[in-house]
Amino acid sequence: MVNVTMTVNGKSVTAALDPRTLLSQFVREHMRLTGTHVGCDTSQCGACVVHMDGKAVKACTVLAVQADGRDILTIEGLADGSELHPMQAAFREHHGLQCGFCTPGMIMTAVDLVNRMGSDLDEETIRHELEGNICRCTGYHNIVRAVEAGAKAMTGGEVRQAAE
Amino acid sequence: MTTTGIGAAVRRKEDQRFITGSGRYTDDLARPGQAHAYFLRSPHAHASIRSIDAAAALAMPGVLAVLTGEDLAKDNIGGLICGWMIHSKDGSPMKAGAHPALAQGKVRYVGDHVAVVIAETLSQARDAAEAISVDYEVLPAIAETAKARTSNVVVHDIASDNTAFEWHLGDKAATEAAFARAKHVTKLDIVNNRLAPNAIETRAAIGEYDMGTDTYTLYTTSQNPHVARLVLSAFIGIAPENKLRVIAPDVGGGFGSKISIYSEETVCTWASKKVGRPVKWTSDRTEAFLSDSHGRDHVSQAELALDENGKILAMRVHTTANLGAYMRLFGSVTPTYLYAPLLSGCYDIPAIYVEVDGVYTNTAPTDAYRGAGRPEAAFVVERLIEVAAREIGMDPARFRRRNYIKRFPHQTPIIMNYDIGDYSASLEKALEIADYKNFNKRRRESARRGKLRGIGFSSYIEACGIAPSAAVGSLGAGVGLWESAEVRVNPTGSIEVLTGSHSHGQGHETTFAQLVCERLGVGIDQVNIVHGDTDKVQFGMGTYGSRSGAVGMSAITKAIDKVIEKGKKVAAYAMEASEKDIEFKDGKFSVAGTDKSLGFADVALQAYVAHKFSGQDLEPGLKEGAFYDPTNFTFPAGVHICEVEIDPDTGVTKIDRFTAVDDFGVVINPMIVEGQVHGGIAQGVGQALLENAIYDESGQLVTASYMDYTMPRAEDLPSFHVGMTVTPCPSNPLGIKGCGEAGAIAAPPAVINAITDAIGHEDIAMPATPQAVWRAIRKAKMPMAAE
Repeated sequence: MVNVTMTVNGKSVTAALDPRTLLSQFVREHMRLTGTHVGCDTSQCGACVVHMDGKAVKACTVLAVQADGRDILTIEGLADGSELHPMQAAFREHHGLQCGFCTPGMIMTAVDLVNRMGSDLDEETIRHELEGNICRCTGYHNIVRAVEAGAKAMTGGEVRQAAE
Repeated sequence: MTTTGIGAAVRRKEDQRFITGSGRYTDDLARPGQAHAYFLRSPHAHASIRSIDAAAALAMPGVLAVLTGEDLAKDNIGGLICGWMIHSKDGSPMKAGAHPALAQGKVRYVGDHVAVVIAETLSQARDAAEAISVDYEVLPAIAETAKARTSNVVVHDIASDNTAFEWHLGDKAATEAAFARAKHVTKLDIVNNRLAPNAIETRAAIGEYDMGTDTYTLYTTSQNPHVARLVLSAFIGIAPENKLRVIAPDVGGGFGSKISIYSEETVCTWASKKVGRPVKWTSDRTEAFLSDSHGRDHVSQAELALDENGKILAMRVHTTANLGAYMRLFGSVTPTYLYAPLLSGCYDIPAIYVEVDGVYTNTAPTDAYRGAGRPEAAFVVERLIEVAAREIGMDPARFRRRNYIKRFPHQTPIIMNYDIGDYSASLEKALEIADYKNFNKRRRESARRGKLRGIGFSSYIEACGIAPSAAVGSLGAGVGLWESAEVRVNPTGSIEVLTGSHSHGQGHETTFAQLVCERLGVGIDQVNIVHGDTDKVQFGMGTYGSRSGAVGMSAITKAIDKVIEKGKKVAAYAMEASEKDIEFKDGKFSVAGTDKSLGFADVALQAYVAHKFSGQDLEPGLKEGAFYDPTNFTFPAGVHICEVEIDPDTGVTKIDRFTAVDDFGVVINPMIVEGQVHGGIAQGVGQALLENAIYDESGQLVTASYMDYTMPRAEDLPSFHVGMTVTPCPSNPLGIKGCGEAGAIAAPPAVINAITDAIGHEDIAMPATPQAVWRAIRKAKMPMAAE
């Protein structure tokens, strides 16, 4: 067992872990933060994306010990209390989710995308940047709309009403 | 139209929990004291098991039990079942090979279940599984669909030629006579590639036994928890239904793969009593590829007979359908009754004859996958139609118009009675949205840049809303396919609707609430939809085959009607009026011709306090249930048009525009319906361009991870142009047809028709990968070079 200390959603946590414990296992099984999902074993689907020191990582491909001393943000920590993060609101407004399983990873990736590339994103860029996140339900059409709108909202604008 | 009623694009009620990470999927649950199961699976496609030695595994840390098929047999646990009896053309019943939940003497595909290890942690269970020694006698295997019947390999002794059934449908003599007088015959060899469903949530199960009450609870990723309970109880024999509760909490996509009752949930439930602990299993992605039901995998020869005016005279199809190693729940009906009766498409075809041979192979079982039989039918029909039009030199839109069914109801020669449709309306609208009239201009412009542009049509039809129970019973179904609903009005007027449908992405919590808002005039926040728990909902047939709107919501409608009738009685007492004078409109019960009225919540309260009527005259309370059995299938139809641009140097196909115009009848929530169309198209494009579940000759699955099996990603797809036309369905009270599978049915032939148009060559199989397209282009240019 090894001792690991990290900040998860603003709270400091320390745990004694089997060294092979993945970050995804740590947040799901030890922290009981089950919004971070696991959809594959090969770092392909992106359902497990969290932020480590402000950057998107696939939590299924990071050992918990690698997160020692780091700052982790999961989907549960994204909203400001009861107020949704603009990207969360945009996914709801633009019907960017169906079964909801890929959604936490998709939203965490989208927030990271805006943090890296700003809010003025064209469709081609968004589609390219989502290459590490697989959705089986939506056909991505409304996810693209949601990311476009969420990006604008993150930099000050309101989430625009989708065309009826 | 109100802002929350039928037809409104209401934002989904369920989204709050999914976007904040508070959804509750099966793997998110942790039962107190739970142990973990790991399944030892066969590495061989076909082998006899001489012995299993688990002594070393049992001695490893944390191991609680190692269980095998012998243990199942000792406890009289029955095998997994196929729910639909198919008879061969000679009248003999299908040959269903036994399907134990853990292998008994033989394994028949890579991933077949050999033993389960239950341990304190998953890692311990996995480590211990490696210590189990299995003595296999490896047998030769057969994986290829077309060779199954002539192979020397025998998958099940009961079917020595690997043929479970030789089924047929239609009038052979009439069809042959029509072909004999045909002016033109179009012939195609068609392979419908095998797919893995790939819901992003893998399957999972937690079985839990309560010694105090002698009851089991199974939490599982199911599209139909009541059917799971019925099968686990009545056929597999885990426990009587009253001692078994099945809960399907949030489920992360199904697409048909979560209909079947599988080995893993059977074993976890049974084993929870044996080890005295809750037993949890969650599939990893490779296990999902190996053991989830696959879809499609047909090899067909299809022919279309035309007269001198381009009118269709007849169709003849022979299909070999790969069932895999066992027949799962819908394994036999998917390639027969869910497939062949749709081969008339949208067309007036006087004579049709179809033969389907269902064959066993050493591959994962096939079963329903989004569309289930109907995509395979649409692919045959729409490829034949497109190629026939090209061969006789007629515009494919014009050829379709000429052959469309125009009068309804229309009885096809192969079972189906289409109640309503307007295929030309969908076609004209699609042509307009797709800007068909300027296609040639765009094609020339592409050519100037050295690119090949092509356009392809797909004028699909499907049968949804399955199905009238008596009709499916006469065709071999083991159950009825009605749906149930219960509407519980609380004393303050808030409402719970219990439904036998199950939502795993479809948004029932919103659309079903919209129906209640529309009919009862209450606010959408006052309505909760309850599903997925056999202790709460009495019974239900579940969600698949785009049936939840047409069947599930019709049941709710019936129950709501009963609530209104009861409410009128209560209101009559409360307002001291005659029941026949009570009207219900916009959420108010009023006395006709007066200004007296009571709101819905007031009447609910009166029903519960029961102060204004005697219990002898009227029962207190306001709660009604209904079962709705449909009178017919529903027939959604539409036209999808795909336009591609291909780089001849690389073979890369870019979908430049994709237009979908669908007729789903009455639409409850257009935002959700469009989302269903988008998702279906993506899966259809995936089949046409990217996805392929490939077994090698020895029966090893070559594509068992996302590194090998190409899932559609955002960059592979365009934005879609979606439109609708509406002919309300006359066969149910809401006019709904169903929308869940349309895209997956329509898209594959639209894409392949576009590619073949671009390259001027019909011989290309799905998936049309860049390599396949590049080869096809070379073959078209210089037939010798590509060989």
